[in-house]
Amino acid sequence: MAQQFNTGYWAKDIVSSEEHKEYNILNVGPTHPATHGVFQNVMLMDGEFIVETEQTIGYIHRAFEKIAERRPFYQITPLTDRLNYCSSPLNNMGWHMTVEKLLGIETSKRVDYLRIIVMELARIADHLICNSVIGVDSGALTGFTYLFQSREFIYEIYEEICGSRLTTNMGRIGGFERNFSDKAWDKIRYFLKTYPAHLQEFENLLSRNRIFMDRTINVGAFPADRALAYGFTGPNLRACGVDYDVRVMNPYCSYEDFDFIIPIGQNGDTYDRFMVRQEEMKQSLHIIQQALDKLDKIPDKETFYAADPRFVLPPKEKVYNNMEALIWHFKIVMGETDIPVGEVYHSIEAANGELGFYLVSDGGRTPSRLHFRRPCFIYYQAYPEMVTGNMLSDAVLTMSSMNVIAGELDA
Amino acid sequence: MDWTLYIYKTIFLFIIFLITLVIAMYSTYGERKVAAFMQDRRGPNRAGLFGLLQPIADGLKMFMKEEIIPLTANRALFILGPSIAMTTAMLTGVVIPWGGTLTIGGREFSMQIADLNIGILYVFAMVSIGVYGIMIGGWASNNKYALLGSIRAASQMISYEIAMGMTIVALILSTGTLSLHEIVEHQHGIHWNIFYQPLGFLIFIVCAFAETNRAPFDLPECETELIGGYHTEYSSMKLGFYLFAEYINMFISSAVIATLYFGGFNMPFIDQLGLSPNLLTLLGSAFFFLKIFGLIFLFMWIRWTLPRFRYDQLMNLGWKKLMPLAIFNILATGAYYYFTEFN
Repeated sequence: MAQQFNTGYWAKDIVSSEEHKEYNILNVGPTHPATHGVFQNVMLMDGEFIVETEQTIGYIHRAFEKIAERRPFYQITPLTDRLNYCSSPLNNMGWHMTVEKLLGIETSKRVDYLRIIVMELARIADHLICNSVIGVDSGALTGFTYLFQSREFIYEIYEEICGSRLTTNMGRIGGFERNFSDKAWDKIRYFLKTYPAHLQEFENLLSRNRIFMDRTINVGAFPADRALAYGFTGPNLRACGVDYDVRVMNPYCSYEDFDFIIPIGQNGDTYDRFMVRQEEMKQSLHIIQQALDKLDKIPDKETFYAADPRFVLPPKEKVYNNMEALIWHFKIVMGETDIPVGEVYHSIEAANGELGFYLVSDGGRTPSRLHFRRPCFIYYQAYPEMVTGNMLSDAVLTMSSMNVIAGELDA
Repeated sequence: MDWTLYIYKTIFLFIIFLITLVIAMYSTYGERKVAAFMQDRRGPNRAGLFGLLQPIADGLKMFMKEEIIPLTANRALFILGPSIAMTTAMLTGVVIPWGGTLTIGGREFSMQIADLNIGILYVFAMVSIGVYGIMIGGWASNNKYALLGSIRAASQMISYEIAMGMTIVALILSTGTLSLHEIVEHQHGIHWNIFYQPLGFLIFIVCAFAETNRAPFDLPECETELIGGYHTEYSSMKLGFYLFAEYINMFISSAVIATLYFGGFNMPFIDQLGLSPNLLTLLGSAFFFLKIFGLIFLFMWIRWTLPRFRYDQLMNLGWKKLMPLAIFNILATGAYYYFTEFN
């Protein structure tokens, strides 16, 4: 049967098996409402049950890794925006830190904490989209609108910090392009104050709802050993009960200064993934609060980039009035700063899992080779194994709870 | 039977059809406003004052849209589907007693188009035929999603009809009649059936949600799995017919629930008011519509609060939970009357 499916399944409409059952081939995607983004699943269906699935990727493959080989380092940041576009700042920061690791730039604590604030905000934005979309896919649209107000507010904070909302291109190699404005601080504090109530409201709507629990518990469950074999990371692995978090296992950006809990699930089903993300949002709020407290204790309120000037643009007045500053500006913008030969791997705990950057530099103005370790790419490989034997409705919920984002999947 | 009766019935028929259509139209507006209210939004507010012209604008849009019939579709059945859905939805209203009796110039005018002595069975028959509209439409589209949707719809409606019928049996046991008008008369004042048949009411309302394909039983058209379900391939006013039929069904089911369990046009303290009978009749009708609107609001409230079931859970609920409960309800009602009335 499987043989038949794989060889000629485009040509045939209804496939018969040896047991004289009639199977039906259903194209879920690329423009199906459940595939948020563009990906396709060709499902062999026995009525409502999925017998076999074949996933197609690459609908929005934009060859980012190849494009990156022709771009100076700072111009690769906008490419990373478009990986997981629900949490662009995380990708941006990860990329900056990778380059800093290659160049050996040391950032001050203040820069680290500012980054942590932005990264945790992005994590909240990503998780809240994933969780509210689980609600939408199970038919409860209202919770989605509750949380989306908060996401809107996070985007306003991004706007205050870097000027853009979705694809942020936030920060520079070595720190930020400018200091956080007072308005940004006010908004961050306001967000910390108001968000827990919104989150609780949303949780009350779904987490103990009988229908929602029936729809999600034991749906798309994945055992920890299979998850590890596939290379799962992030909330999807933690839902299986493995407490792996890059922020703790391999701290970067001064995460070691912070005190937070890694929530884990039990059997890696949709409900566990939902609850893990829900708890992670609360922990992220906790981290942001700690970062604010720590920043208050740092007397220096002005440093927002590393002391290394190689990648930080000089201030505009100096560029216009000072020849050396103009030269530096020109060199940075043209990508003519010296890059050492070497290769680095740096990974961060992105919203969806371990986002890694493998960077090989041959000393030229562009990377010789750049590879993104994209967690969604790994999750999507396990998707057929997770949904086979389940019903179509389960497949939809499994997909949305894994938070597979097409931009990150296809790069 | 004289000619005034025929004229009166014809006019009244048109009035009821008109009311049904207008309420169904404004239910779409109401639904959007209720959804907006629940989701911290504003809802339609551009067309006319408070967006009151929105349903008309929507209807106009539906008529102006291009009519697409897929090449692979079965043309005749494709057109038949929405027609059946719409017609049966409209026909149910004729047996519902919209009010008491008006006495004008010595003549009595009943505010019910047809007082069938098997009114309940008629309602059931119409609802059952309504399934064909969805099945035929989904099958004729020649689209797998539409087919899945119509299969879901058919099995869902058929299985929930059984539990629904069982609750009606218990109701008939307690009222002793199949005529809707007599059932209403039986609940005079505040002796509403909901107080005598609370379990039956709960089962009935759950089944009514399933019969009208409303959330949390909106599997046949759940947009995240089946795109549009049975109406995936429909466009223009044919799609409008399906959507409209859903709202009419919601209105009619609310009316049936109000008739069977909330005393229809009865209102509490009706005897103490001391008003003229005609005025009381009109007041009763107004009260009946108030009940209907309350129930429609309940429909909307639930839609915007709950997630939807999965297909197998829906079947489990229907066959393994509601049906045994309904049978228990019949037995309990029967036992009650056996021990109280006959001894």
